[in-house]
Amino acid sequence: MSYRRFHAIFRKEMLHIMRDWRSLMMALAVPLLLLLLFGYALTLDVDRIPTVIYDQSHTQQSRELANRFSGSRYFEIVSRQGGYAEIVKGIDRSKVLLGVVIPRDFARHVESGEAVAVQLLLDGSDSNTASIAAGYAESLVLAYSTELREAQLIRRGSGKFEPPIDVRVRVLYNNEMKSRNFIVPGLIAVILMIIAALLTSLTVAREWENGTMEQLLSTPVRPSELLLGKLSAYFLLGMADMTIALIVGVGVFGVPLRGNMLLLIFCSALFLFGALCWGIFLSTVTRSQLLAYQLSLLSSFLPAFLLSGFIFAIENMPWIIQQFTLIVPARYFVSILQGIFLKGVGVQVVWGQMLFLGIYATLVFTLANRKMRQKMA
Amino acid sequence: MIKLSNVTRRFGRLTAVRGLSLEISESEIFGLVGPDGAGKSTTLRMLCGLMDPSEGAVEVAGLDVGKHLDQVKDQIGYMAQKFGLYGDLTVEENMLFYSDLFGIDPAERDRMMAEYLEMTRMTPFRDRPAAKLSGGMKQKLALMCTLLHRPRVLFLDEPTNGVDPLSRRDFWEILYRLAKEGMTILVSTAYLDEAERCNRVGLMHKGRMIHCDTPAALKAQMAPYCFRAEAADHRAVRAVLQKTEGVLGAEPAGAALHVYLLEGARREDVERASGARLEPLEPSLEDVFIALIRREESHAAA
Repeated sequence: MSYRRFHAIFRKEMLHIMRDWRSLMMALAVPLLLLLLFGYALTLDVDRIPTVIYDQSHTQQSRELANRFSGSRYFEIVSRQGGYAEIVKGIDRSKVLLGVVIPRDFARHVESGEAVAVQLLLDGSDSNTASIAAGYAESLVLAYSTELREAQLIRRGSGKFEPPIDVRVRVLYNNEMKSRNFIVPGLIAVILMIIAALLTSLTVAREWENGTMEQLLSTPVRPSELLLGKLSAYFLLGMADMTIALIVGVGVFGVPLRGNMLLLIFCSALFLFGALCWGIFLSTVTRSQLLAYQLSLLSSFLPAFLLSGFIFAIENMPWIIQQFTLIVPARYFVSILQGIFLKGVGVQVVWGQMLFLGIYATLVFTLANRKMRQKMA
Repeated sequence: MIKLSNVTRRFGRLTAVRGLSLEISESEIFGLVGPDGAGKSTTLRMLCGLMDPSEGAVEVAGLDVGKHLDQVKDQIGYMAQKFGLYGDLTVEENMLFYSDLFGIDPAERDRMMAEYLEMTRMTPFRDRPAAKLSGGMKQKLALMCTLLHRPRVLFLDEPTNGVDPLSRRDFWEILYRLAKEGMTILVSTAYLDEAERCNRVGLMHKGRMIHCDTPAALKAQMAPYCFRAEAADHRAVRAVLQKTEGVLGAEPAGAALHVYLLEGARREDVERASGARLEPLEPSLEDVFIALIRREESHAAA
């Protein structure tokens, strides 16, 4: 192992990265874009549900119910004078998600204390959003109905109405329940994967395709120097991205970082190292940029995106896929990220995940080092 | 300086090099010629330790390549057919990169770089990205990169492929200078005028070295079998000659045909049988190689 040769490789790789605007874009612009996209646009929170109210009753009571909807931040009233036709047309064109139909005899029933039905029409094409919207609407109507009942009881002089069971909710961690708060930390895993798997998968294959590898092999450079030189350059790039993500996440989006920043950085480095080795390994084995890129997309980037729990909860996956996620390193990293960011947990909680990442990195590094041979064939 | 003893290299069922033995002495320029697929590149790669021979031993600078690869690498310079220059790096950066890989002392490196840039007249281009150099300059840069560590043996795999004649001449002048300084050079080439410039030439065909000698000796050896035929109707005469017994081949060469005879065939017999008049010919290396390969093929067919 010679430091000079290692450094020569490292310096050369840095020059490649800096001079190739495509890889630089991939390395710096894409992560930023992802952050902004996921931070601003893609939110799993359901609010400002476009709502049409079809008030057949036209009474003080029905208007009061409609006011409850317009007063809530979860609903945005598109129209109060709708009809069935308008609701259906709105849903067809995705302009409306919820229709609330207040029946003609609403006020009379409410006055007399009889049960009355309010109809909710929902666009179920996005079932997740629809069921959340239905839940909000239901609880809003239920709250109003409880209030009415209470008022009636007081009027009749039978004292204050106490519901038999009272639910008190307290959310631990991410108590604003903003999806951004768990998406942005998880996004760090995806961003590191872009550098690691996608960019790195090209580096060795490119040398084979350009014929520079044959030349390198005729020099005294050792496989480990080549491997470490390349790794270091991309490692630096990955950590730069990590820093960007951290600054944007905490600074711009206000994601809370409750845990230890050093632990966070250490875990990221561990994950990044393993992922880089995997990219280089694929590149070394295939000797083809296209093949390495596609394999890497399939074997590391997509699992990091889909199977890590970054967006899709692992607990909701079928059993067999849940088992499969056990071998996806990003899964462990995402859970470390969310733990450190949102719960502020320390090594005593995430050591198991860290151990997995450590073992994975060691294994893949050994594999890559062995495959980086000194012979052409 | 270079020694191959009964070297064979197989790729699966294909035998790229078979039973090759060769010795090249110090400060010799040895040319390896032969058609594509003859095994030239494989031979060079085995000499540089990029591939292992299936059988036989390879020795460079007195060292067994299989056993002392790292020491061998310090002694050799290798320029692959598709040279590994980094197009986005400048001339200077490419040179610095390779000099770092060879661990050359910075002071020595600066001196050598200046000297080589001067010798190749590339000093004005030291800040130009390698991708923006002409074909000839790329080759010169590649050569400089392989020379920085002052190798004792230089391996060049078709170094002047696709380079204009003027740059090729430049390139060869540099090679002569290096050989004069004591460097041993093994160069494979598809250009026979380049083979003519070598001290010795080895002709490879289908993995075997079929002839190996100085260009003059090769020509002298083949002269008795090479003739020239003037003909008004090339195509007809050629067709007749190719069917005539004792004729190895008849190839158009400018206004005439060059006719190669089998060993033991007599000129008079061929003239009588074909009706063509054969004049003795001072063969070029090209004639020698075509004739030798035809002879080899006719042996193989028989």
